[in-house]
Amino acid sequence: MKTAPVNKIIPFSNVDGPGNRTSIFFQGCPFNCLFCHNPETINLCVGCGDCVAGCPAGALSLGEGRALWDSKACVQCDACIRTCPHGASPKVRWMTVEEVLREVKRSAPYIDGVTTSGGECTLQNEFLIELFGEVKKLGKTCLIDSNGSFDFEKDPRVLAVCDGVMLDVKAVEPAWCRRLTGRGPEMPLKNLDYLLRAGKLQEARTVIFPGRDAENEETVRYTARRVGGACDYKIIRYRPYGVREAYRGMLGEYETEADYAEKYALMARELGASRAYVV
Amino acid sequence: MSDALNIIKDPTLTYRQELVGLARLGESTDHTLRYSDAYYAAKAKGALCDLNEGPMPFRPRYICPDYELLFKKGCDFLQLDPPADLLEAVNALEIFYCHVPSITTYPVYLGDLDKLLEPFVLKEDRAFAKKVLRLFLRNIDRVQTDSFVHADIGPEDSVTGRLLLELTEEMQLAVPNLTLRYDPERTSDDFALACVKCMLRTAKPSFANHRMFVSEWGEKYAIASCYNGLSIGGGGFTLPRLRLYECALDARSPEDFIENELPKYIDLQLEYMDKRVKFIVEESSFFKTNFLVIEGFVKQENFTGMFGVVGLAECCNRLLGIEDKKKGFGMNPEATALGLRIMDAIDRRVGGHVAPYCDAYGHRYRLHAQVGIDSDGMDDSPGTRIPIGVEPTMLEQLEVNERFHPYFPTGTGDIFKFEETYLRTPEAILPIIKGSLARGLRYFSGYLENNDVVRVTGYLVKKSEIEKLRQNKQSLNQVTVYGKGAQDGGHALDRRIQHHEDCACQ
Ligand code: SF4
Ligand code: SF4
Repeated sequence: MKTAPVNKIIPFSNVDGPGNRTSIFFQGCPFNCLFCHNPETINLCVGCGDCVAGCPAGALSLGEGRALWDSKACVQCDACIRTCPHGASPKVRWMTVEEVLREVKRSAPYIDGVTTSGGECTLQNEFLIELFGEVKKLGKTCLIDSNGSFDFEKDPRVLAVCDGVMLDVKAVEPAWCRRLTGRGPEMPLKNLDYLLRAGKLQEARTVIFPGRDAENEETVRYTARRVGGACDYKIIRYRPYGVREAYRGMLGEYETEADYAEKYALMARELGASRAYVV
Repeated sequence: MSDALNIIKDPTLTYRQELVGLARLGESTDHTLRYSDAYYAAKAKGALCDLNEGPMPFRPRYICPDYELLFKKGCDFLQLDPPADLLEAVNALEIFYCHVPSITTYPVYLGDLDKLLEPFVLKEDRAFAKKVLRLFLRNIDRVQTDSFVHADIGPEDSVTGRLLLELTEEMQLAVPNLTLRYDPERTSDDFALACVKCMLRTAKPSFANHRMFVSEWGEKYAIASCYNGLSIGGGGFTLPRLRLYECALDARSPEDFIENELPKYIDLQLEYMDKRVKFIVEESSFFKTNFLVIEGFVKQENFTGMFGVVGLAECCNRLLGIEDKKKGFGMNPEATALGLRIMDAIDRRVGGHVAPYCDAYGHRYRLHAQVGIDSDGMDDSPGTRIPIGVEPTMLEQLEVNERFHPYFPTGTGDIFKFEETYLRTPEAILPIIKGSLARGLRYFSGYLENNDVVRVTGYLVKKSEIEKLRQNKQSLNQVTVYGKGAQDGGHALDRRIQHHEDCACQ
């Protein structure tokens, strides 16, 4: 039975693609972005056991090489997440396609479709292919929210069953990109072009950091020129909430000013990305 | 101080509000209508509540005139000819409204405004029509100063409907309350979406399940007052309510409640309704001499009694010994199942009672999920709603509500509070409304968390007007004071906000 680590499922979301959508967040991400505001979704539990004793509700135990979580007993204090030294969370459900589908079916009467996100959902490529096949049978659309680390061109099976990809273009300049995400920009940028060609780019997104004039400008210019009017281009303000302390010092303690972000949206529109706006 | 002196000296009451208060006081001095001792005992316990309807009903509680007839035949009593153009139509309505009685003294139903006015609007150019409608809405807001004044639109798209939405957004008024009668086959997505956008900016319109109402009332039904389904050309005689939490206080078990306690209170409320209905029809002059009756704008046989209930959630929690509301009704399948059993029992007993008059409904009263009044505090949640502050996710809330809404032809509804991002994504709300109405929800209301006009339990108030009362100033709208009470006592504005949770990537 195929299973995947699910961090959470939100039955109704208005911010993960068009209309009302059920969002499925998978655990685990190949990037390690400095500005990640849910860093506990980056890694899978290694079973060190550090979090178990500190749980005030006795909801945690060790077994199967990882922490086991009793969702009914949990009081959602997040002490475990603060304790975990591995950027993981014990509050992850390993779910089968049927189990995820059961939750999707429950919200199906009220939604336009499903969006998979993370972490990085494309790490669960095989699971997605199966899940999307089933969701399609319900007459709902399927969208992928991705950091662009998966080579969509090399394995086009998932694109065939998905309606579009919402792609992060986090950085373009290689050194800045590696510093920001832990990886180079090559694969996300290749995907940007490929998805545009395939007509599957649902939206592109770039986070604007306070005071990073040169980096912000390079990313926005590059992306806006390519995206054009093909899809929405969301200019996202950096927000420090949830960002790990060490990195907050480097990126900024304050959120990006709205006016500052608007400058980049305007720049993007002037370069042809007619559907660029700040969120 | 005497009650009269209290009213006269209250700095927050307008002249008209004083007048209404003094009239109520006068009415309360007559005790011609008497009920059984058991009734008074149950009332004193708080198990029954007459919603301060007053001891001497001199008119039905809610009246829904047939305005189409006014436009067809005019009105002798008010010396109005059938209107020939938009100005005459609007003027006739403004005059007529001032002569429609109700429990609030203001008309609770203004008509299906889009249908009524569309032929006249189409004869004018759009800008002029809009100007006339703007003045019309201004007149309503300043003259019919009560949030239970209600107008309906839909199910079809129309120029008038669009103009009313535009003006509702531009003018940001609490009056009138507004409902879109939504029918998936007759209401276009485009028009429904325009209504959602308007709802986010002004807390109205709400969405009524047109098919459900038509199946119970026929095409000629009105949504009046808060969310009350009634016949056009008819109305509601009276609306008392069972306060189910208090009804359950003496029950030894759920079975004891359903078999012994509940029937007792139901029968007492029916006794009260029967006597009042008879009194209104037989003793008071309304059905004998009022021009609305004489000229056929309402017909006595189209009225029914509204059997209200409130506090189902707290009742179930009490019967099951659940102290933590977070684990109770709405979140707990056992409590929800008990709620359904209780509603079945009420439905069966009230449905089995032969009521005086109410000819159009086989001499039956109809159930109503009452929205609560400010003095209910936290003991009785409105109707069958999940208590404020412990609402589960919107999906779970809808799933529960869909099972309870079908019980209430004379009205029930739920309110959802949305956060700012929905202003940009109104398309995300429409599928929720469509899905829930298709699955049995009767009435859907929503508003945006930071708006000035907000929906309290069923009616609209302006937060800025509540603030006026807090500063001992007057508010023109006589309902503002209930909004203040509901905010203080029932935390009615603290309901769960439907918002997106953070996703992993910024
Ligand atoms: S959040 Fe973590 S630490 Fe807190 S109760 Fe739940 S499992 Fe235990
Ligand atoms: S969640 Fe983190 S702390 Fe807990 S067992 Fe897994 S790796 Fe260790």
